Amino acid sequence: MNIGGTARLLGAGLRALLVLTVLCGVLYPLAVTGVAQGLFPHRANGSVVRQDGKAVGSSLIGQRYDLPLKEGQETPEPDLLWFQPRPSNGLGSNSVNTQYKLILSGATNRSGDNEDLIKWVTDAKAAVVKDNSTPAYRVSPSQVPPDAVTSSGSGLDPDISPAYARLQAHRVAERNHLPVEQVEKLVEDHVQQRVLGFVGEPRVNVLALNTALRELTG
Amino acid sequence: MSSVLAGVLQLLALVVALGLVYRPLGDHMARVYSSPGHLRVEKWIYKAVGAHPDAEMRWPAYLRGVLAFSAVSVLFLYLLQRVQGGLPGSLGFASIDPDQAFNTAASFVSNTNWQSYYGEQAMGHVVQTGGLAVQNFVSAAVGMAVAVALVRGFARSRTGELGNFWADLVRGTVRILLPVSVIGAIVLVACGAIQNFAGIHEVGQFLGGSQQWNGGAVASQEAIKELGTNGGGYFNANSAHPFENPSPVSNLFEIFLILVIPLALTRTFGRMVGSVKQGYAILATMAAIWLGFTALMMWTEFAHHGPAFDIAGGAMEGKETRFGIGGSSIFAVATTLTSTGAVNSFHSSFTGFGGGITMLGMQLGEIAPGGVGSGLYGMLVMAVIAVFIAGLMVGRTPEYLGKKLGSREIKFAASYILITPALVLCFTAAAMALPTPGNSMTNSGPHGFSEILYAYTSAGNNNGSAFAGLNADTQWFNTTTGLAMLLGRFLPMVFVLALAGALAEQRPVPETAGTLRTHKPLFAGLLVGTILIVTGLTYFPALALGPLAEGLAS
Repeated sequence: MNIGGTARLLGAGLRALLVLTVLCGVLYPLAVTGVAQGLFPHRANGSVVRQDGKAVGSSLIGQRYDLPLKEGQETPEPDLLWFQPRPSNGLGSNSVNTQYKLILSGATNRSGDNEDLIKWVTDAKAAVVKDNSTPAYRVSPSQVPPDAVTSSGSGLDPDISPAYARLQAHRVAERNHLPVEQVEKLVEDHVQQRVLGFVGEPRVNVLALNTALRELTG
Repeated sequence: MSSVLAGVLQLLALVVALGLVYRPLGDHMARVYSSPGHLRVEKWIYKAVGAHPDAEMRWPAYLRGVLAFSAVSVLFLYLLQRVQGGLPGSLGFASIDPDQAFNTAASFVSNTNWQSYYGEQAMGHVVQTGGLAVQNFVSAAVGMAVAVALVRGFARSRTGELGNFWADLVRGTVRILLPVSVIGAIVLVACGAIQNFAGIHEVGQFLGGSQQWNGGAVASQEAIKELGTNGGGYFNANSAHPFENPSPVSNLFEIFLILVIPLALTRTFGRMVGSVKQGYAILATMAAIWLGFTALMMWTEFAHHGPAFDIAGGAMEGKETRFGIGGSSIFAVATTLTSTGAVNSFHSSFTGFGGGITMLGMQLGEIAPGGVGSGLYGMLVMAVIAVFIAGLMVGRTPEYLGKKLGSREIKFAASYILITPALVLCFTAAAMALPTPGNSMTNSGPHGFSEILYAYTSAGNNNGSAFAGLNADTQWFNTTTGLAMLLGRFLPMVFVLALAGALAEQRPVPETAGTLRTHKPLFAGLLVGTILIVTGLTYFPALALGPLAEGLAS
């Protein structure tokens, strides 16, 4: 095959790529965006939740409910007034673009026999037991569900298991001076069951739960 | 209902959904690659390209088309990343370094979608949507084109002509991938996946302050990422990120998208060779391996052996609450038995055996059901090997679909199955022997070795998933995995097309009483056995040092 033939072939390849780029890289995403923004504007823009007219986050993106960082502290303490999400030890830091403070999804990628992970899980379990025990209600380690002490795949898991939400109800009630029954009912009202009875796992959206809690406490 | 039962029912629902579309989609694809007419938009594209879609190509010409188009694609994608910093619509993100830009270009063109970059903080709209997502379409269409060329090699006789590469590329994109992706993307938005061009913006938080998000064309990229078995996530967390995979329903739907074309292509194959039963035998082989692997994965993940998981009471590390262990296990097997590599949970934090299953899935050559196109041609090459072995047992010249498998055909098939393991094992050995690559490991011991074995398994087989603790953004890994991806994609294609050409030149042999019945369950069983034995013999020593050692210790 001669050089002229190769050049012609590469030229055809380039033209094919450019035409398909217009089709698949410009027209297709624009068309989908048009339909999405027309039919599902709320979802296409990130399912933002508002309370009293103010955006408080996305129902899909987990966030931290921590006390302000005190002097000398490296990691903030959880604000025990509110329901707590899963740990997020794998979240990335802005290593490429320091100009932004983007939330960077990520997992810990630690294996089951990894020393760090064993320590994180052990410490998290002790903390969950300690934080959630009240004078009237002792949490035992065997009650703590796995999602309460492990980081999710994205680090942005918006949900916790119903078991973890129920476990927190006594502490949340005590801290907010609410009857336990009222908080327990709040949790039950926010349990999302499996779709059609078998798709996914039962879960509780932490932001929805805390937003409803704030309605109760004013 | 227990989580185990829910997981099994989700798997069954998937089987039913895939079964419903198997015939219509498979028949549609057979028509796409066989019909003489051209759509108006296609004629316009052929004119712009300067191609004659009805001109038949012999295998060297077909291969030159594949290589020319892919070479231009690598170069274009490389340059696009190198100049990103100066392009409008790049959100102020900097240009990508040469080694990483090469790695990413090789990765997306080879349908691998290995990512050594952080999607949300490295790539702007232009590169994500105008560069990477375009390769999601066309690299998949190239894979289907090569598969169809091989099928034509079986179906045609005394010609050597395999069709026209440009026509197959354009038709696959326009008539199959685009329409399904449009529907898929809209379904995903309806579930909650985002689709906007908001770029970097702030959203208020519950306790004050705000979060910074990177909004882009996520759903449109997500749909083709799964459908084209690509797997490159818009965000670092890939399909675990709630904006890519927001709900349990979107999760099942994405698994469906991953599997639908590779499985339905067996129907297309059956149609084109004139016997849908031959397609069913291939389908049965794929389905048996897929379901078997999924059952094993669910068993090991629900049993959760491993010190940290025992303390936690379950293997939920790296898994999302909404998917649970069932939805994560089904996804992990689907993504590694195809060439997808998207993840909805992080394989590095699976149990030792679970991580081993994902690796073994890729090491089978991703043929059950495999990548779009690459799964079918990989499986047909394995079928050639299986027929050959059966022929040796009974002392007959082997024949498959009316074609004799002589020494030329077997050499091509044997070369095909040797390339990828050679790449995987040689690069892994080199990385372990050299002093510095090991510094990239996050975990130590067998799992550290697994991180590197996984990386080259994933690259050589064009999967793209990772034991992501490995810091792969180093010159060594960017360069070597880039080479493994390109060689692992295009060298096998050379042998597939050469095999197709050799088959198409033959005159058909009439079926006799002694012909192996390749549409019967016995043959599907032989094929499963051949696949497991060939892969097992190749990879067992490496697997024993990594996931098996880890799994047995816990």
